[in-house]
Amino acid sequence: MNTLPQQLANGLLLGSMYGLIAIGYTMVYGIVQLINFAHGEIFMTGAFGAFTVYFYILPDGTAMTVAIPLMLIGGGLVAVLIAVGAERFAYRPLRGAPRLAPLITAIGLSLALQEVVRNFYPGADRAIAFPGLDATHDIGSITIKDADIFLILAAIICMAALAFFVRKSRTGRAMQATAQDPDTAQLMGIDTNRIIVIAFAIGGFFAAVAALAYGLKYGNIDYRMGFLMGLKAFTAAVLGGIGNIYGAMLGGLVLGVAETLASAYIDEIPGMQQLGGQSWANVWAFCLLILVLLVRPQGLLGERVADRA
Amino acid sequence: MRRSLVILTSVLATGALSLTACGSRDDNGGGDSDNGKTTTLTIGVDAPLSGENSTTGLGLQYGSQIAVDEANEKKLVPGVTFKLKAYDDKAQPATGQTNATAITGDKTAVGAVGPLNSGVAQTMQQVFASANMVQISPANTAPELTQGKDWQTDKKRPFKTYFRTSTTDELQGSFAADYAFNGLKKKKAFVVDDKQTYGAGLAKIFNEQFKKFGGKVVETDHVNTGDKDFGSLVTKIKNSGADVLYYGGQYDESALLTKQMKDAGVKIPLFGGDGMFATTYIEAGGAATEGDLATAIGVPADTLPAAKTFIETYKSKGYKGDYGAYGTYAYDATTAIIKAVKAVVDANDGKVPSDINDLRSKVVDEVQKSDFEGLTGKVAFDEYGDTTNKQLTVYQVTKGEWKAVKTGTADLG
Repeated sequence: MNTLPQQLANGLLLGSMYGLIAIGYTMVYGIVQLINFAHGEIFMTGAFGAFTVYFYILPDGTAMTVAIPLMLIGGGLVAVLIAVGAERFAYRPLRGAPRLAPLITAIGLSLALQEVVRNFYPGADRAIAFPGLDATHDIGSITIKDADIFLILAAIICMAALAFFVRKSRTGRAMQATAQDPDTAQLMGIDTNRIIVIAFAIGGFFAAVAALAYGLKYGNIDYRMGFLMGLKAFTAAVLGGIGNIYGAMLGGLVLGVAETLASAYIDEIPGMQQLGGQSWANVWAFCLLILVLLVRPQGLLGERVADRA
Repeated sequence: MRRSLVILTSVLATGALSLTACGSRDDNGGGDSDNGKTTTLTIGVDAPLSGENSTTGLGLQYGSQIAVDEANEKKLVPGVTFKLKAYDDKAQPATGQTNATAITGDKTAVGAVGPLNSGVAQTMQQVFASANMVQISPANTAPELTQGKDWQTDKKRPFKTYFRTSTTDELQGSFAADYAFNGLKKKKAFVVDDKQTYGAGLAKIFNEQFKKFGGKVVETDHVNTGDKDFGSLVTKIKNSGADVLYYGGQYDESALLTKQMKDAGVKIPLFGGDGMFATTYIEAGGAATEGDLATAIGVPADTLPAAKTFIETYKSKGYKGDYGAYGTYAYDATTAIIKAVKAVVDANDGKVPSDINDLRSKVVDEVQKSDFEGLTGKVAFDEYGDTTNKQLTVYQVTKGEWKAVKTGTADLG
């Protein structure tokens, strides 16, 4: 059996999830040059928000076709509120401060969110079973689940909507202007504070979409799920060129495929058995990141910007 | 300037006063014990109490708690009140070592129960050995902890202060291989581990024993603890034609692995060790866990007549966690320490030796001589500090619950 198509599908699915989360990193960085390390935890709270809707609000036995949109609204609401709240209360007061200050704040916020969920969400000190979408379909030699279809569709729709929004809408263009030069944008009458809030909100909502897909796909969420996913998504954003929304999605896909193929095939190369397998996937993913950054320091789709560190 | 000086002085004064207050209270406390009324001795219990593995870790903690409460209630050692102090190692070796240092630094501590993870135990053993304090783990199964690095060829006990009430992976891995090959009639195994001391050791033993019985190991792979996406690994398993997946590690990863594997249409059972024998495995993996198997040390707790009161107490107190895996073993480990203290006190004319170091080293000697009926059967230790009770049980998930399918002792192929 040729496993390549299946492995590619595995990689693209994982990559779409990285890409959706990476959008949040990249949009915030593009506009305020802040690496929002709490974004992984915003993703996690999105998952808990969706779970709360399913478990505590909807009646038992609600059809998943009805439940999923409601879970998306619930998860999205929680993630957006937390992302916007973090901007308002943790980052905005530090806007003029040295760049290290908001970075440390972000790390602190990330730990705080984890601990709050662990201590105050019932049962969150261990993994919580999330309703899965487990029906499978065989397409040629590829087997995928309903949750995978949800993930792919969500990624495509979200990306298309975001591209349209940024290019065509008034707010989207104001966003581009703010990213290019916040001071001049403000002089032109753009309310930059509002633009920054919108960037955080979009990032939070995309993280919630990814979180719902994560729950449906893996059937299980926990308070630490945001750490590794956040780190990978951040890597994807850097790989694709931080600040560029298409770069974030491309970086996610490249990272997901690279990880999957590395863990699937490296140990079949003679003499490389020791360096292959699932446990080396992260190593190869980060090797790829280093290689790309050596050749293109600005990332795959990033622009060379001299005045940004 | 002047005002800040005033504030500083008053802060210092208040601080000094409260310190004196603490000091005098301590003095009173010490005076009480000198008068021979009661002495409080502490037993430290170390396990993961939050995060990964915490379900079984909490079961271990509260198993000890019940033993301590019973000893105090029955006044098992006259003149001594035992106090249990819990330490959370978060399944991290470095944290375990810090906790071990804290326990040995506690001048009322006589012994320690734990940890859960073999990898954590490795960093703690030396600390307890240096302090000459007894440590009994109810859960560690890695053979090298008691029999040294070269346990397969040249058994040598590395630390005389380390004991365990659980049996070793040498027996557990063999028992699993035997059941997979002869019981389930599986011929082709795919072996995965999490690279930790426990998981990798167990998987290696299963691998060797399964081949010894005549089975074939089609492929091996490793995962990282904390991994969530096993898509690539599952495709490999599907393609390998294996009829059983053996997993050396904890339920945090194996529950996700079995779910993703069954969802991808690979309907083979996942077989693991005592590290995944917990209700959390079934809760987290859902219906996908049906038919999966795990070996666990000892005989099922609910079939032990002696454990009946234990289970009732555990439930009536509303303790969190899962006592099923190690709770009764933690109870027996704690009881072994308490009984050793009793023996030392009895031999010293009913008085607790005033020097804590003297007490600690005598307790180590008495634990080595342990011989009593515990909840899990006879509690006694061999020359390596291993339990003489070698019972093992295979459990299978049936209708969403772990059901015992075979109990016995391992046959080393």
